[in-house]
Amino acid sequence: MYFISIFPEIFLFLWTILIFVVDFFLKEDKRKNLGYLSLLGILITIILLFFSAQGEMFGKAYSYDSLSLFFKLVFLLSAFLAISVSIDFVAKFRAFKGEFFGLILFSTVGMMLLSSARELIFLYVSLELVTIPLYVLAAYLKPDKKSAEAGLKYMLLGAISSAILLYGISLIYGITGTTFLLGIKTRLMVDYLQIGPIGPGLFLSFIFFIAGFGFKLALVPFHMWAPDVYEGAPTPITAFLSVGSKAAGLVAFLRVFFESFSVYNPDWVTIVAVLAALSMIIGNIIALPQTNIKRMLAYSSIAQMGYILVGLVAISERGVSSVAFYTLAYLFANLGAFVVAIAFELQTGSSEIKDYSGLSRSSPTLSFLMMLFLLSLVGIPPLAGFVGKYYLFAAAIEKHLIWLVVIAVLTSVISLYYYVGVIKEMYFNKKEGGEKIFLPFGIKLALIICIIGVLLVGLFPNPFLDLASQAALVFKY
Amino acid sequence: MSFPILSYMIFIPFLGIIAVLVLRKEQVQAIRWASALFSFIPLVLSFFLLAHYDSSTSTMQFVEKHTWIPSLGVTYFLGADGLSVPMLFLTALLSFLSVIASFNINFRVKEYFAFFLLLEVGMMGVFAALDFFLFYIFWEVMLVPMYFLIGIWGGPRKEYAAIKFFLYTLFGSVFMLIGILALYFTSQPHTLNMMELISQAPLLAKGFQLIVFVAFFLAFAIKVPIFPFHTWLPDAHVEAPTAVSVILAGILLKMGTYGLLRVSLPMFPKAALYYALPLALLALINIVYGALVCMAQKDLKKMVAYSSVSHMGYCILGISALTVTGVSGCVFQMFSHGLITGALFLLVGVLYDRAHTRDIDAFGGLWAKIPVYTGVMTLFCMGSLGLPGLSGFISEFMVFIGSFPVFKVIVALAVLGVVITAAYFLRMIQKMFLGTFNTKWEALTEISGRELFTVIPLAILMIGVGVYPSPLADMIRATLENIVHLVTG
Repeated sequence: MYFISIFPEIFLFLWTILIFVVDFFLKEDKRKNLGYLSLLGILITIILLFFSAQGEMFGKAYSYDSLSLFFKLVFLLSAFLAISVSIDFVAKFRAFKGEFFGLILFSTVGMMLLSSARELIFLYVSLELVTIPLYVLAAYLKPDKKSAEAGLKYMLLGAISSAILLYGISLIYGITGTTFLLGIKTRLMVDYLQIGPIGPGLFLSFIFFIAGFGFKLALVPFHMWAPDVYEGAPTPITAFLSVGSKAAGLVAFLRVFFESFSVYNPDWVTIVAVLAALSMIIGNIIALPQTNIKRMLAYSSIAQMGYILVGLVAISERGVSSVAFYTLAYLFANLGAFVVAIAFELQTGSSEIKDYSGLSRSSPTLSFLMMLFLLSLVGIPPLAGFVGKYYLFAAAIEKHLIWLVVIAVLTSVISLYYYVGVIKEMYFNKKEGGEKIFLPFGIKLALIICIIGVLLVGLFPNPFLDLASQAALVFKY
Repeated sequence: MSFPILSYMIFIPFLGIIAVLVLRKEQVQAIRWASALFSFIPLVLSFFLLAHYDSSTSTMQFVEKHTWIPSLGVTYFLGADGLSVPMLFLTALLSFLSVIASFNINFRVKEYFAFFLLLEVGMMGVFAALDFFLFYIFWEVMLVPMYFLIGIWGGPRKEYAAIKFFLYTLFGSVFMLIGILALYFTSQPHTLNMMELISQAPLLAKGFQLIVFVAFFLAFAIKVPIFPFHTWLPDAHVEAPTAVSVILAGILLKMGTYGLLRVSLPMFPKAALYYALPLALLALINIVYGALVCMAQKDLKKMVAYSSVSHMGYCILGISALTVTGVSGCVFQMFSHGLITGALFLLVGVLYDRAHTRDIDAFGGLWAKIPVYTGVMTLFCMGSLGLPGLSGFISEFMVFIGSFPVFKVIVALAVLGVVITAAYFLRMIQKMFLGTFNTKWEALTEISGRELFTVIPLAILMIGVGVYPSPLADMIRATLENIVHLVTG
C-alpha cells in the first residue's frame, strides 16, 4: 500500500500545526519537550517517504522522484539535527519556545515541496515558504541587536532576491507562454530550432534566475548577507541555514536549469562556473582572518557552495550525482561543526575561536569530533568530505574543466589554514583547567548522527553513491 | 596467499591506537609498552615478508584484492614487490625503534602514541597500496598525525613548522589527485588499479604524459624534497621531536622517491625520458647545494636535516639515469639513508636531551667524557659520508656508476657533494668530540641502554648492507629491471 506522493509533506504540515496547538496548552517550562515531538514528526515523515508512491501530481507541477527523495532526506536530516540541538538552546528564550520548532518544520515542509516543484509558481511559493519562517527565526533572539540586524538584513535581501527571481519567471512566461518546466523546455527547444541562438530576453531571465538562486545559495557576489545573518542568528538556525536552505536553493537550481534550460547549457554554464570560482576564492580567502567561528563557517560555507557548483557545471550524470552526494557529506560535516559550536556556546556563551583554546584538555571527545568535522570539510581522507570532493572533481575533470578543478584544489589548500586554526587552538595551546563542556541529550544525539555520517559516508560511501546516482537519473544530459 | 599479511601490517598499529585510547591517561607505562608491542608485531610480520618474498619475479606478491566502492571503481588492492618490501621492512623497523625512543616523552603521552601509531598506519599503507584511491588516502592520512606530532611535541617554532609542513604537502598532493583523476578518465576501461594503469601506459599520448607527470612530480618532489620545494624540511625536521624526525627523514622522504619509481616512471615512460635531464640537474642542485648549506650550519640537527636534502639528491640522480644500476642505487640509498639518518637523528636527540643545546660550537672534546656515544655517532657519520664498507658507500657508488654513462658532467660535479659531505661531517666530529674538553659538560652522562638499543639494529644493518649487499640487491633486481625496461623499452 502506498500513499499519494505528496503525503509526507501533508503529514509534516499537519504535525507542525499540532505543535503550535499543543504549545498553546503546555506550561512554559514544559514547552521544550515540543522539540522531542518535532523530532518524532520528522522521523515519521522519513518513514512515510519510503511508503509514498513516486510519481507526478497536479498536472506535472509536483513530482516525487529519486532526486526529490534524496533532497527530502537531506532536508529532514538537517531539520532533525537543527531541532535536536535547539532543545536546550530554546531554554534560554523567555517566550515563544514552541514556535521555534514549528517554524523550522514549516520551512522544512517548504523545502520538501520545493524539491518536487516542476512548475515555476509552485516553485516560487515553496521557496517563500522556506524563507519566510527563516526570516523570523534569524531574528529570534530579539533583544540581541545582532540577531535583529540579522533578521532584517535577511528579510530585505531575501525579498529583493525573490523579486529578482519573480522577474525572471515573468520573462520566461512571456517568452514561452508557460510556467511548467517541461513546457518551457519543449518551447525553448522549438525556439532554438526555429530562431537559433539565445535572445536578449531569455539571456536576461537566465541572469535573473542565477541571481535569485545565487542569493539563496550565498554565492559570490550575492553573498554579502550571509556572514552577518549567520553571526547574528541563533546558532541552530545558522546551522540550518547553512545546510538545509542551501540544499533547497540547489535543488531548485538543478530543476530549473537542468530540466528547462538544458537547450541553452553553454550560455549559462560559463556564468555559473565563474561564480563557482569566485565563491571558492573569495569565500576561502575571507574566511582566513575570521575570529568568530560562526562567521568563519559562514565564509567557509560560501566556499563549499563553490565546490558543489564545480560538479554542477559539469552538466553530466556524474556531475549531478556528485552534487547530491557532496551535499550529504557537507551536511554531516558542517552541521557537526555547528553542533560543537552550539555546545560550546551554550556553556561558555562565546563563539570566538580563541576561546576554544585548550579545549582538548577539558573536553577531549568533543575536540576530537570537531577535528574530524573540520578535516572532513577540508577534504582529508578517509572522511566524507574527501570522497565528496573526489567525486565532484572527477565529474569536472571528465568534462575537461581543468581550470576550475585547479582553482578548487588550490583553494582547498587555503581552506586548510583556517579550519586547522580551530584545531590548533583546541590542541596546541596548553591552557589547563578549562571546564568540561556539558553535552545535553539533544546535542549528544546530533553529534552521534553527524560523526557516524562523516565516517560512514567516508569509509563506505557505496550505498550513498548509489542513492545519489539514482537521483541524477532524473535529468537527461 | 590466504594470510592477508599486508593488511595485518597496516592495521595492527590501528588496533594499537584503540588499545592506547582505551588506557587511562595516567597509565603512562602501559601506554608505552602497548605502543611498543603494536609496532613490534608489524616488524615481526615484515621478517616474514622478507623470508617469503620470491625475488625471481617482478610480479606483485602477497596480493589482496577486494571490492570497496564499486561506484567509483575503487578496490581495496594491496601487494608488494621488490620495491615495496624493503620499504615496508624499513617502516616497521624505524617505527618500532622510534616508539622505543619515544619512551622519554612525558607530556600528553596518550595522544602522542595514538598519533604515532596512526602515522605508521599511513606509511605502511602507502607502500602497500596498489589502488590509486587507496594510495592517496594513506598518503594523506599521514599528514594529520604528523601535523600534531610536530605541533604539540615540537621545538620552539613548532606551530609554524607544523602548519608549513601540512600546507606544503597538501599543496603537492592535491595536484596528485588531479593527476589520478586524469589517469582514471584516460584509461580504457576507467580504472584506478595501478598495475592496470602501468600496462596501459604505452598508449598514453606524449603531450598528456608531459603534463600529468608534472602534477605527480609536484607531490613527490615536495616529499623528497627536491630543490626548490625543500624549504619545509629544515623547519619540520628541526622542530619535530626526535622520533618524529626519524620517521620524517627515514620514511616520509622515501615516499617521494617511491612515488617516482612506482608511478612516475612506469606510468609516464615518455615523460620520464623527456624530463630525465632536468631531473638530473635538480638532483645535482640537491646534492651540492644541500651539502654546502650543511657546511654553514651551527645547529647539529639542522645540519643532519640538510644532509637529507643532499643525500636524497643521489636518489634522484639514480632515478634520472634510468639505468638498472642507477635505479638500484636509488633504492639502496633510500634504504641506507633511512638507517643512517634515522640513527643520526636519534643520536642528536640523545645529546639534546642531556645538554639542551645542539650548537656544534658549544661542545668540544666529548670523546673523553662519553666514548660510547662518540663511537656510535662517529660510525654513523662515517656511514653518511660514504665510507666504504658501510651502506652509504654502496648506494652512492651504484648511483654514480649507474648514471655516469648517461650524465657525465653532472656526475662529475655531483661527486663534489661527497667531498663536501665528508668535510662537514669531519668538521662536526672535530668540533664536538675532539679538541680540548669543554668543562661545562662535566655532568654529561653516557648514552643509556634503551637509547643504545634503538641505534644498534640500525648499525648492524648499515654494516651488513655495506659489507654484503647482495641479498638486498637480489631482492630489488627483478622489479627494478622491469621498471627500467618499461621506460627505456
